Amino acid sequence: MTETIIKATNLKKHFPILDPMPFKKSTQSVKAVDGVSFDVFKGETLGIVGESGCGKSTLARLINQLISPTSGSVEFKGKDLASLGIKEIRSARKSIQMVFQNPDASLDPRKTIESLIAEPLVIHKIGTKESRRKRVHELLEIVGLSSYHASRYPHEFSGGQKQRINIARALTLNPDVIICDEPVSALDVSVQAQVINLLKSLQKEFNLTYIFISHDLNVVRYMCDRIAVMYLGKVVETGTFQEIYEDPKHPYTKALLSAIPKENPFEQRERIILKGDVPSPVNPPTGCHFHKRCPFVMDICKNTRPELQELNEGNKVSCHLY
Amino acid sequence: MSENLLSIEDLDVEFRSSSSTVKAVNGVNLTLKKKETLGIVGESGSGKSVTATALMQLIPSPPGKISNGKILFNGIDLLTLSKKEMRSIRGNEIAMIFQDPMTSLNPVFTVGNQIIEAIRQHKKISKKEARLEAIAMLKTVGIPEPEKRIDMYPHEFSGGMRQRAMIAIALSCNPKLLIADEPTTALDVTVQAQILELMKDLQQTNDTAIIMITHDLGVVWEMCDNIIVMYAGTTVESGSVETIFKNPLHPYTWGLLESQITTDVQHNEKLPAIPGSPPDLRKPVLGCPFVDRCPYSEEVCHTKKPEYIEVEPGHFAACHFQHETSRLEKKEGMFVD
Repeated sequence: MTETIIKATNLKKHFPILDPMPFKKSTQSVKAVDGVSFDVFKGETLGIVGESGCGKSTLARLINQLISPTSGSVEFKGKDLASLGIKEIRSARKSIQMVFQNPDASLDPRKTIESLIAEPLVIHKIGTKESRRKRVHELLEIVGLSSYHASRYPHEFSGGQKQRINIARALTLNPDVIICDEPVSALDVSVQAQVINLLKSLQKEFNLTYIFISHDLNVVRYMCDRIAVMYLGKVVETGTFQEIYEDPKHPYTKALLSAIPKENPFEQRERIILKGDVPSPVNPPTGCHFHKRCPFVMDICKNTRPELQELNEGNKVSCHLY
Repeated sequence: MSENLLSIEDLDVEFRSSSSTVKAVNGVNLTLKKKETLGIVGESGSGKSVTATALMQLIPSPPGKISNGKILFNGIDLLTLSKKEMRSIRGNEIAMIFQDPMTSLNPVFTVGNQIIEAIRQHKKISKKEARLEAIAMLKTVGIPEPEKRIDMYPHEFSGGMRQRAMIAIALSCNPKLLIADEPTTALDVTVQAQILELMKDLQQTNDTAIIMITHDLGVVWEMCDNIIVMYAGTTVESGSVETIFKNPLHPYTWGLLESQITTDVQHNEKLPAIPGSPPDLRKPVLGCPFVDRCPYSEEVCHTKKPEYIEVEPGHFAACHFQHETSRLEKKEGMFVD
């Protein structure tokens, strides 16, 4: 767990808000990701949690260069992806694959499962027709489907099976890293557990590194080794899953964890109910982004933005309380 | 708390298409007392929402049809009422909130407009009075600056605020029963906590009974007194939350409870999961609907449909092995492969 496979440094993505007036330069922008740095080590699972709109998915798309960052860099195995040409990025993407949230929308309804799973091989011009077919059958077995499924179409499968197909497709090119953007959110609990088990066993078998994005905190606790908590485009706390779940530091992490529904009808939980909604990422509050909803707000929070500081090895938090 | 506010007996709902008939709901039984909160849980396609829409008589017909059963609300069978009579009950006595607050609010009308419409539909008051009432409603559901917000459009509201507005519409006529169909599924955990808290508060002050449809057992533990577990259109088990949590009887409930990810699961453990997927409801179910996924199944389960029996007072289950003398015993690790 020492080799760094992905290193993001001060990553920013601002989406300009287009002015209705032509030729006028836009002055405002949505600061979707606003200065995020983290390392991902080989073989681990890094969880990214946060409310909707905090920039989790934008971050995922920045990592494999589906969108290019406004500033900052993403290094994959020591190479800065932003400095590469389009051809080189394409070949780097062989090693960084993605699984998306909606298993339905990410499979082309007019293609057979075989052509869907073989598509990455076709794009990268790998193998012959025969060898591709063999690989597809092999992959279907790996994700717990059968080779006779290859000639079927996506609508013939259930949600859980579709997500298995998505996972098979992500595995086609033997990637090092798989970015899972809410892979189980659209699934039922019983099926959710099947897919999570599959992801875990694949990780062991192929020594995969996962970046696991989710808003389901229980799933993240079970899946991830380290967790980054995001709020309004920034990482407010990182740490191992034990550190985050047993001893959360940042008030936002505390509130987020206390909002998880009860595990049994007898549990009494001290609950921090946050007031209001996430502020707009166009005009984030001054100082600490969280100060308007924070129960421990102090004067300094309103004006000075806290930096991400290291408390213990790897456990970082950005809050004036520490 | 003595009499039942609502009881549903042997409800069947089917949807016809040119090639087949889907029995979406197949024998649902439930009772609900005043001020009670009942949770209906189950996988997608288990008939939770169809039961609720049947209760409101909002099933599109054709293709849908309530083919059998009784829905007694305050002693009146809703299925025998005329459309006009049903309209006065719907909204007035029974209100409903839906999963996706964006699609249930009309984007071209202001939020206030839609609340006022609901109020004026059921009360004979002027527009001005209705507007004041709408502002008061928005205030009760915790929307800041209701005087300003009332003239805003749904797209100017966040997800949580839209759901609050939906609750305001639903509660504007003080219904006796509120049906909440996955009210927090589309929301973040923090906002979910806010909305659940709000619903609890409003229930306290208005004495409303709530039917909470969800697939999240955490929400059930949080909110409900009683719970009904549905599978493939039938009720497989029901009882108080405490009983179902401590002493669940049906193998499907065991699987459902086990596959919840809790903080006790260690990283290296495999998650218990129910194998397979729910049956195809186009095909007639001969035996127990859960038979193909049940690790305890036996010969009889394939051929005979289990009866829904009261195993102990207030605790019902539909499983062949729930006789007083021989009760199916839960074994550890049955759902871990």
